Amino acid sequence: MERIVKDNRPVRRIGKKFIRMLLLLVTVSIVTFTLVSMSPIDPLQANVGQAALGSMSQEQKARLEEYWGVNIPPVRRYLNWAGAFLSGDMGTSLLYRQPVSRVIGVKLVNSLFLMVIAWVISGVLGLALGMLAGIFRGTWIDRVIRGYSLLISSTPVFWLALLLLLVFAVWLKILPIGLSVPIGVEASGVTFFDRVRHAVLPAVTLSITGVAGITLHTREKMIDVMESDYMLFARARGESTFTMVKRHGLRNILLPAMTLQFASVSEIIGGSVLVEQVFSYPGLGQAAVTAGTGSDVPLLMGITLVTAGIVFLGNFIADVLYGVIDPRMRKGGEPS
Amino acid sequence: MNRRKKTLLIFALSLLFLAAVTLSGMFFHDAARRTDFSIKNLRPCGRYLFGTDWLGRDMLARTLTGLSMSIRIGLCTAGISACIALVLGIMSAVLGKRVDAVISFLIDTIMGIPHILLLILVSFAFGKGFKGVVLGVALTHWPSLARVIRSEVMQLKESEYIQAAARLGQGKLKIAAKHMFPHLFPQFAVGLLLMFPHAVLHEASITFLGFGLTSEQPAIGVILSESMRYLITGKWWLAVLPGAMLVLTVILFDVAGNTLRRLLDPSSVQE
Repeated sequence: MERIVKDNRPVRRIGKKFIRMLLLLVTVSIVTFTLVSMSPIDPLQANVGQAALGSMSQEQKARLEEYWGVNIPPVRRYLNWAGAFLSGDMGTSLLYRQPVSRVIGVKLVNSLFLMVIAWVISGVLGLALGMLAGIFRGTWIDRVIRGYSLLISSTPVFWLALLLLLVFAVWLKILPIGLSVPIGVEASGVTFFDRVRHAVLPAVTLSITGVAGITLHTREKMIDVMESDYMLFARARGESTFTMVKRHGLRNILLPAMTLQFASVSEIIGGSVLVEQVFSYPGLGQAAVTAGTGSDVPLLMGITLVTAGIVFLGNFIADVLYGVIDPRMRKGGEPS
Repeated sequence: MNRRKKTLLIFALSLLFLAAVTLSGMFFHDAARRTDFSIKNLRPCGRYLFGTDWLGRDMLARTLTGLSMSIRIGLCTAGISACIALVLGIMSAVLGKRVDAVISFLIDTIMGIPHILLLILVSFAFGKGFKGVVLGVALTHWPSLARVIRSEVMQLKESEYIQAAARLGQGKLKIAAKHMFPHLFPQFAVGLLLMFPHAVLHEASITFLGFGLTSEQPAIGVILSESMRYLITGKWWLAVLPGAMLVLTVILFDVAGNTLRRLLDPSSVQE
């Protein structure tokens, strides 16, 4: 809080945040690398027996061995990896036998399709429901909304996905069981409608769970706002609940709501890992699971860094927007 | 019956139910493995409340064993995680700015990786299986509680009795252990109890994805991931009933945690 008062130069503040974000990414890469190299499952040994590696050329094998440098100390190995990463080379995926960056690119587009839908729906609905519950605290509206949110936040995402799959795909047969496109149809024959149809269930599952968390948090903030002195004064002036919320409630709930919205990115990515697994939706989450079970270390590292990058970017955008929206931070600072 | 007694009763009942599930699961451990092909694929009925699976195993026994395992893993891992949170939270607040910066940075780093992905990474680092899932859940749940404890200690540091103790020449460690810990204990206990549901859920999730307990063990994640293959043929009870029991368990942990908070928190204890 003190930073808000003291630091009134937005550009410098944003610059600092940006540098911190980069540093955090470096730490994430170090932590990830340490974890992956700790593994008793040696990537080369685990994969030498695999048919996939057998069909690789000698040159590729040598490159791999050099890349993972069995005899090179870990610090050197990390520096090698980081150097290659910075020049855009994230290594070669052992399972997909393609550059990691290309695999991630394809999967990320599939996943973003789901995640953006879920993010928007859960953000808008969560804000609305949370505000409603906060305004009408203690009434049946509040009880229904809170009951729903508590129930959903105690429900494992993958079980919810299984239930929806059971109801809509097995019993009612109105939506497909899984995958992002119909089986046996060529890529050119896949229509946009097909893609949407296959993304409905995963996106709905993600939204349902996403709403719960945002609703509960927004409700808490809304209760704080409703109990504040300015609301009491507004009530004393004779304002109706609607104008009170419109004039004072919405403005004060906006900042925490934004933080929540951007903080939920991490949870949505986490949820998508489980949801994609249930619906066998070929996104980033499913690729992460495949990489983990198949000891595809380069891919696993790439995915971790990319998702961490998305999470940090979300936080960073929230910080920047804070400066734009919050009048206390806008005032006094020269316009950027 | 007044509100406080009612809250106490709810707290006791939910703990009782959880204890019953844990114990019955240990009791049914052998029954959960018994296969009998004469009774395979039975729908839920009077004799087999949760039905049986494709090997004729009693699903109720399997569910209880799996939940019992999840609860025990949850207790153990949440305990470890809460202790890490307590130590790091106090260290961060007491040992000066540098330590604080390092620990805050570590917390931010860990919170930057989506939780499930971090669990996969840690589990992978320790070779998956039982060890992988226990360490994975134990090592990833502390950051948010550590933040809470840190901010609490920050406030405590300014309080007069701590300042007086420092002026009297007591060491930092002694102050932390003797004067701060008793004050922090209620929050620590509630934080620990509210960590259980997360730990149980994450254990089930990571096992479901295939990074946790192996398929020989009747873990709840294994049951649900196996049920996926039989869902299309309409065997709904394999997925619905064990999952519902898992949700009930998680909710009861949550209820227990929240009632405890209401009982310990001075501002709501007289409500």
